[in-house]
Amino acid sequence: MKRHITATIDGEAREFLCDEDQTLLDALRDVLFKTGTKEGCGTGDCGACSVTVDGRLVCACLVLAAEVEGARVETVEGIAQEGELHPLQRRFLEQAALQCGICTPGFLVAAKSLLEKNPDPSEKEVRFWLAGNLCRCTGYDKIIRSVLDAAADLRGESG
Amino acid sequence: MSEEKKFRWVGTRPIRPDGIDKVTGRANYGADFALPDMLWGKVLRSPHAHARIQSIDLKRAKALAGVHAVMTAEDLPDLFAEAAKSNGGHDSSNDLAHNVMARGRVLYHGHAIAAVAATSSAIASQALELIDVEYEPLPHVLDIASAIASDATLIHEDRVTQGVEGIEGFEGAEPSNIANRVQLGHGDPAEGFDLADEVIEREFTTRPIHQGYIEPHACLAQTTPDGRVTLWSSSQGHFMVRDYTAKLLDIDLSLVKVIPAEIGGGFGGKTTVYLEPLAVVLSRKSGRSVKMVMSREEVFRASGPTLGTRIKLKLGATREGVFTGGEATLHYEGGAFGGSSVMAGCMTIFAPYAFPHVRSTGYDVMVNKPKGAAYRAPGAPMAAFALETVIDEMAERLEIDPVDLRLRNAAKEGTLASFGPRYRRVGCVETLEALRDHPHYSAPLGPHQGRGIAVGFWFNAGLQSSAGVNLNPDGTVTVLSGNPDIGGSRASLALMTAEEFGIEYERVEVVIADTQSIGFTDVTGGSRVTFATGMAVIEAAADVRRQLCERAAAVWEVDAERVVWEDGEARLKGESDRAPLTLAELAQNAGRTGGPISGRAALTARGVGMAFGAHICDVEVDPETGRVEVIRYTAVQDAGRAIHPSYVEGQMQGGAVQGIGWALNEEYVFDSDGKLENPGFLDYRIPVASDVPMIDTVIVEVPNPKHPYGVRGVGEVPIVAPIPAVVNAVYAATGVRFRDLPLSPPKVLVGLDGKSAA
Amino acid sequence: MQYVMATTVEEAVALLTEGGVDAFPLAGGTDLLAQMRVGRIKPARVIDLKKIPELREIVEAEGEYQIGAAVSGAELGEHVGLRARWPGVVEAMELIGSTQIQGRASLGGNLCNASPAADSVPALIAAGAVCSLVGPEGRREIAVEEIITGPGRTCLARNEIVAHVRLPRPKPGSGDAYLRLIPRSEMDIAVVGAGVALTLDPDGTCTACRVALGAVAPTPLAVPEAAAALVGRRLDEAALAELEAAARAAARPIDDMRGTIVYRVRVAGVLAKRAAIIAAQRAGE
Repeated sequence: MKRHITATIDGEAREFLCDEDQTLLDALRDVLFKTGTKEGCGTGDCGACSVTVDGRLVCACLVLAAEVEGARVETVEGIAQEGELHPLQRRFLEQAALQCGICTPGFLVAAKSLLEKNPDPSEKEVRFWLAGNLCRCTGYDKIIRSVLDAAADLRGESG
Repeated sequence: MSEEKKFRWVGTRPIRPDGIDKVTGRANYGADFALPDMLWGKVLRSPHAHARIQSIDLKRAKALAGVHAVMTAEDLPDLFAEAAKSNGGHDSSNDLAHNVMARGRVLYHGHAIAAVAATSSAIASQALELIDVEYEPLPHVLDIASAIASDATLIHEDRVTQGVEGIEGFEGAEPSNIANRVQLGHGDPAEGFDLADEVIEREFTTRPIHQGYIEPHACLAQTTPDGRVTLWSSSQGHFMVRDYTAKLLDIDLSLVKVIPAEIGGGFGGKTTVYLEPLAVVLSRKSGRSVKMVMSREEVFRASGPTLGTRIKLKLGATREGVFTGGEATLHYEGGAFGGSSVMAGCMTIFAPYAFPHVRSTGYDVMVNKPKGAAYRAPGAPMAAFALETVIDEMAERLEIDPVDLRLRNAAKEGTLASFGPRYRRVGCVETLEALRDHPHYSAPLGPHQGRGIAVGFWFNAGLQSSAGVNLNPDGTVTVLSGNPDIGGSRASLALMTAEEFGIEYERVEVVIADTQSIGFTDVTGGSRVTFATGMAVIEAAADVRRQLCERAAAVWEVDAERVVWEDGEARLKGESDRAPLTLAELAQNAGRTGGPISGRAALTARGVGMAFGAHICDVEVDPETGRVEVIRYTAVQDAGRAIHPSYVEGQMQGGAVQGIGWALNEEYVFDSDGKLENPGFLDYRIPVASDVPMIDTVIVEVPNPKHPYGVRGVGEVPIVAPIPAVVNAVYAATGVRFRDLPLSPPKVLVGLDGKSAA
Repeated sequence: MQYVMATTVEEAVALLTEGGVDAFPLAGGTDLLAQMRVGRIKPARVIDLKKIPELREIVEAEGEYQIGAAVSGAELGEHVGLRARWPGVVEAMELIGSTQIQGRASLGGNLCNASPAADSVPALIAAGAVCSLVGPEGRREIAVEEIITGPGRTCLARNEIVAHVRLPRPKPGSGDAYLRLIPRSEMDIAVVGAGVALTLDPDGTCTACRVALGAVAPTPLAVPEAAAALVGRRLDEAALAELEAAARAAARPIDDMRGTIVYRVRVAGVLAKRAAIIAAQRAGE
């Protein structure tokens, strides 16, 4: 029998039905058709499915959909607000921090979570916070620079 | 093309046209498509590395509620057996068909043997467990030595080695696990070594490696009762998907439409098909659309890694550091069907340098492992590992600076390449000089730290591309191309188009058209898109410019030769007071001056620009644990002309980090049953963000004389140099030369112990 | 599969008892769901423990810390007091997986998953942690080093859960540290782990010490001989060398794709020594 879930997803109250053993990732992608969150491995090793649940950064593939009843879930699709890109998204675009782009949703969610917690991270802190987000295309260089520059933007420090 | 030419758009760094979609989650990759009637397909895979399939019983699976179709190889036409038989057992289509689904025998752990389609992926998984298969396990072959032994178990009983007519040891054409032998070079290495003052001979081994793309293979197939097929597929080439699927299923190409999804990484691993033919068969049998997505475990077990190698290399040089001879024997595993990149290994292994006498001999060896596929400059990284570490050793022995030794022998225009032709204008020397002059090369080092350098080479490909350029009545331009955009190629094509017309970049829209809407185009791979598809786009744009000039000439009632195109406008030569006609004006009036304006090009790109890279790597080695950390890295590369420098830098950085992972941590670990022990990102260890420093880049531009903008492919060169750069750095830090990859901490510690014991 | 939530420990135990052998407790789910994904575990029922207050709180009382078994690594790391009192335990927990894993993974889960390489356990053993278990018969207290009995096996009954882990009140002049060796810089399972907790006199003499190793035996190991090498002495080169040798002698690892026997034995000694040095620095602060 399916379970009925009500949750706030990217700021919107949503209701959906899921199997009790379905992950949040499967529910987002296959039930709600919110395919912005990606599956890279299904076992929490790659970070492509990063979302926040009640403000906490997690892998959606390791959360049961049933667990988000009444919770607030945020995905990449909620980062831009009313058509305005977040500084992280702007910097990723300006500084070519994506090549194939499959890891980008996960990185944006994870980086946003970092900057909300630590608005002035060092390069090392950024690298270690994002160690759970795998990228095979960029070698991470431009991603890290974009996050550091977006942090400066958010602190109002960019020239 | 003058080297002084100033570009307005080429060389700038605008935002890529598909960027917004990719930072908001809107872009659709292979697994992001759905149709209302959709079923989920899943594949049953062999638990044995080598076995005869005695029977497959699908009854119970078919009876499970929610299952709408089941299939085995019996559902694929057996079209290529005759062709294989008449070619010593070898036929690439036959191999592809057998790989997509095993027929008669399974040849590696994970080999597909059956598939089902059901109303949910959970039911499909359940159905797999209800398929009853009887196997007769056979002895398996898991390494080169076992495969080539005289008493080796044959993986294919009917395959004889190709390329061995008249070669000693291969008389009698007995079936063998050696699929192919190749040899190339010039001169006589024995003579070359006689001329040498120093000769070094070494042997190197590497393990199977996966491309590691983050997006698993995925497709959605829709079929109609009248035989039409539509496929949404994430691949490096939707024409390849169309052609392979149609070939395997014996369908007219015109009936197969492949719509390219965005692709989440490929690096060569998505230049073939695994799921598409199965999804089409399941769709036909069920009458519904079928979606198939590989799990990460399936990607590691059953897609196309690049496999293990063994290379023996001998290098001779004079006391002054001139290379007199080079000889190499390369054994590359090709997986269960052969087809390794040993030929490219043979071709690249001595390529960056001039040799009077050089020979490489390569063997493509079959083993009970997955069917190998290309991985970024396929065959070259292993070869460079061998050559560039021996060169490093030679430099030390001759007491010559490692850069100087390489410069003394570097390939130049006119050099006879080890793989046959004479080099046109190439930038090997300029790249090495830029490396030598970079502050990294002379920066100080601390305790337990070491620096290594290496050179990498790749030919780059031309191949076929089609392009369309349509002028819209409002003066905007739509560019049609047939290459999936893996790394920012839409932006490069738009920049070149903007340059060709003299219009703003934002007025150009690049579309990746499906297989029915654009002419044939070869895969996105071989570092060819900016070069070859760029060439096609430029040619199509030139066609449009010619038409624009003709339309302007008609308006002005003059001969077309008197009209030139400059800065986005048609101008009448020699009459500066005649108001020019802009692209927008001419476009607006197209209907009245002769009809819609569009240009086409379809070409086989020639004049490819071969390219070189040179990398500097600093490492620090923990002497008590053998752990290696990369602390500084610089990649220098000749791009010919960087159309969008940010994306060129990105290729250099990404390739460098892949090479670092290959050198330090990545490897397939098989148990004695031939089962892969690490089919996941936990234990197949690709570099994470905290593993690497910033990767500094230097783009050298020695324009390719054969391309309108001087472009040389950039995607593959950057993975060739990092392995030897890292290994040479570890030598500098520890005094130990490693010749077996990866340099895992246990291996390094053993090496350190050996050194202190010596 | 059935998903149910427990709001009290008694309810959790009852649901586990009723659910039988295919019922699994769920805290962070980072081990459970990963194993479900690859088909290694097929639960008929999962019982979510995260609504049980005791399992979600960190409580300090008279210098002792009581850590709810379902507190996430991220929450542990954010606890200023715990981090200051037991930096080794916190850093051990924080090494598990990625930031995303930390958002969910729990001390109780890491312990009960019972991997020989579990990162939190050597630090907990060194700290002298005690686990409070709840079953149908009620509560029992077990020293953490007795929980894991073999790879993937614990001494818990099928319908028993860990409710909280208690860290004792450390004496003045105490410090702890945890180190692990992995080939990359993050994300890997420990090839070797070492936890050390010690107490120093004002003149630098070690008066108490506990040492534990991970990933070098079928279970995380308490190594009293290594600890004994330091007690009553100052941490000079000779003492540390003896500690290193004792750690090596106690290690009995296997060869696997993550490390060799020879390597693990060697590095066990190196990490124990290095962790002792860090613990001593912290003890002096």
